[in-house]
Amino acid sequence: MTPSRAADTPGPGTSADRLQRLLALVPYVISRKVVGLAETAEAFGVTERELTDDLNMLWCVELRTPDPYCPIDLSYEGGEIVISQAEPVDRPLRLGVDEASALLVALRMLAEVSQAAAAAGEPEGSALSRTIAKLEAAAGEAAVPAAQVAVEVDQNAEHSVLAKAREALATGRRVHLSYYVPGRDEATERDVDPMRLLVVEGRTYLEGWCRRAEAVRVFRLDRVLRIDVLSVAAEVPQQAEPVDVDQGLFRPSPGDMRVVLELTPRGRWVAEYYPCEDVTEIGDGRLKVTLRTPDGSWARRLALGLGEDGRVLEPAALAAAVRADASAALAHYAQ
Amino acid sequence: MSRRKTERLLSLVVCLLSSQRYLTATQIRAAVPGYPDSFDAFKRMFERDKEELRELGIPLDMGPASDEEVGYRIPRQAYVLPEIRLEPDEAAVLAVAARVWHRAELAGAAAGALLKLRAAGVEAEETQQPGIEPRLHAGEAAFAPLWEAVRDRRPVTFRYRAAGRSEAQQRELEPWGVVNRHGRWYVAGHDRARQAVRAFRLSRIDGSVEFDGPPGSVTVPVGADVREMVRAWDDRVPSGRTAVLRVRSGAGFGIRREAIREEQGADGWDEVEVPFHEIAWFAEHLASFGPDLVVSEPADLRDAVITRLKGALA
Repeated sequence: MTPSRAADTPGPGTSADRLQRLLALVPYVISRKVVGLAETAEAFGVTERELTDDLNMLWCVELRTPDPYCPIDLSYEGGEIVISQAEPVDRPLRLGVDEASALLVALRMLAEVSQAAAAAGEPEGSALSRTIAKLEAAAGEAAVPAAQVAVEVDQNAEHSVLAKAREALATGRRVHLSYYVPGRDEATERDVDPMRLLVVEGRTYLEGWCRRAEAVRVFRLDRVLRIDVLSVAAEVPQQAEPVDVDQGLFRPSPGDMRVVLELTPRGRWVAEYYPCEDVTEIGDGRLKVTLRTPDGSWARRLALGLGEDGRVLEPAALAAAVRADASAALAHYAQ
Repeated sequence: MSRRKTERLLSLVVCLLSSQRYLTATQIRAAVPGYPDSFDAFKRMFERDKEELRELGIPLDMGPASDEEVGYRIPRQAYVLPEIRLEPDEAAVLAVAARVWHRAELAGAAAGALLKLRAAGVEAEETQQPGIEPRLHAGEAAFAPLWEAVRDRRPVTFRYRAAGRSEAQQRELEPWGVVNRHGRWYVAGHDRARQAVRAFRLSRIDGSVEFDGPPGSVTVPVGADVREMVRAWDDRVPSGRTAVLRVRSGAGFGIRREAIREEQGADGWDEVEVPFHEIAWFAEHLASFGPDLVVSEPADLRDAVITRLKGALA
């Protein structure tokens, strides 16, 4: 069913969505006894007007037999909601399979990340394992299919790196990183004030204020060659904007180089591995992909490694550089 | 139509939850406002309403309302979410977990679950800086139907393009589970045509996934570990070998990281020994260092790198 928004439906989504919201709204208020309109609207992601419309709809429920009877009584005078009677629907509906699975899979993924970090002996997992157990108990049978979804987080990073990153976060201290940058094929040294650990696309990253770049940077933990927790307190400046994880960690910027590659079936992995701006099938299993990168040397290495499986179509200068590198390399073998 | 329908469904739920006995369709029609007068039209609408309630996960029970007639009710026991109390640290963890699927396939389900738990009195508000922020992406179109198939135990068919193949092939699978490994989604199960256990990467599924049997027709063997199946499939590597390389001094940092032996040479080149598994991947990795690296041995690796470089020259 597609979400419809008829003129007389103020709430977002379908009538099924709205019914779910109504059935959750009653116990939400009852479990809190008295709760403000504004706060409730925010919790449910609706406007106050939509919320009062929901409350009116609940209040208007009428069953006609044996005698006309209004099972729900409530008021929201003065901006405070009180539900004095709603016996049949005073508790929330149990969790569905998808709902239970979504949370359990996410919690188990968190547990896996924490376990990897808990090598240093911190009892980090306990809140997680308690939550998982309580949720499994509450979900009952709906919790079972979640076992058929597994998330495995990359454990390539040294346990000690992850543990030290967590230690620095927990104690609010600055770290020194020796960090490998593959595009430039070099190790860089920098001091970083840690902000968060991110786990995206199965990889773990440390987000922090890089004092060398004077900007927020994201470091892949499996590329951290050494990490030292310093005795200095971390100072994340006010202007440090956390990365919007939901937009993807690496967003192209307008100044990035635009690289167009033609890939053979063997080279198709590039389209799966790197975020592409454009992917076009050009027949026989070949692909034409467009990538954006701030790092010309990275693209050069990628094309060199791909060989005949990935031909650089654009820019011409990159194609020429790749050919020059290949020919210089081949000269070594000719000796 | 939507508002009236919501009102009717809400009344229907309240009515069926209030009753201890099974109510006949006629009794329901008399009690719940909003049904049409014509009995046939009512029957059709009631059928659709029942289906909607089931889709929302509302347990609708059927039983004898009288000697002749069947009736309906919603057993409170089956409807109600059991009591759940979370400590503040547990609620904070739950809030982080609910964000994991942000905008991915199960994001709506996670939000729905959180809403119900809040309705049960859980205060899943951020109390402190979370410190960790994981995200699961499920951008592959095949995720939704495959998760449904795994959940409902239904066989599926789809076209699959194996690595390096230009042609997609039809596959018949009894899916046992979906696995995210290192950020990529896989489905594992019993391949009907090949009569063997197989894993498939979702991003290589070409076109749509079709159900190939009714719910419940797949049996997952006791002890089947889909995680292990995908891991085994992903790590199909022949036994390890060692390469001897000449690497320009001050360069090739990325390969020196993996070295088991490094010897400084006098001619501006160092000798580096590195273990490797799969020759194709390793040759690609080595070729990416361009003129900073030369393979001394083994010969097949040397040839593979030369082929790569010649390909880049073409």
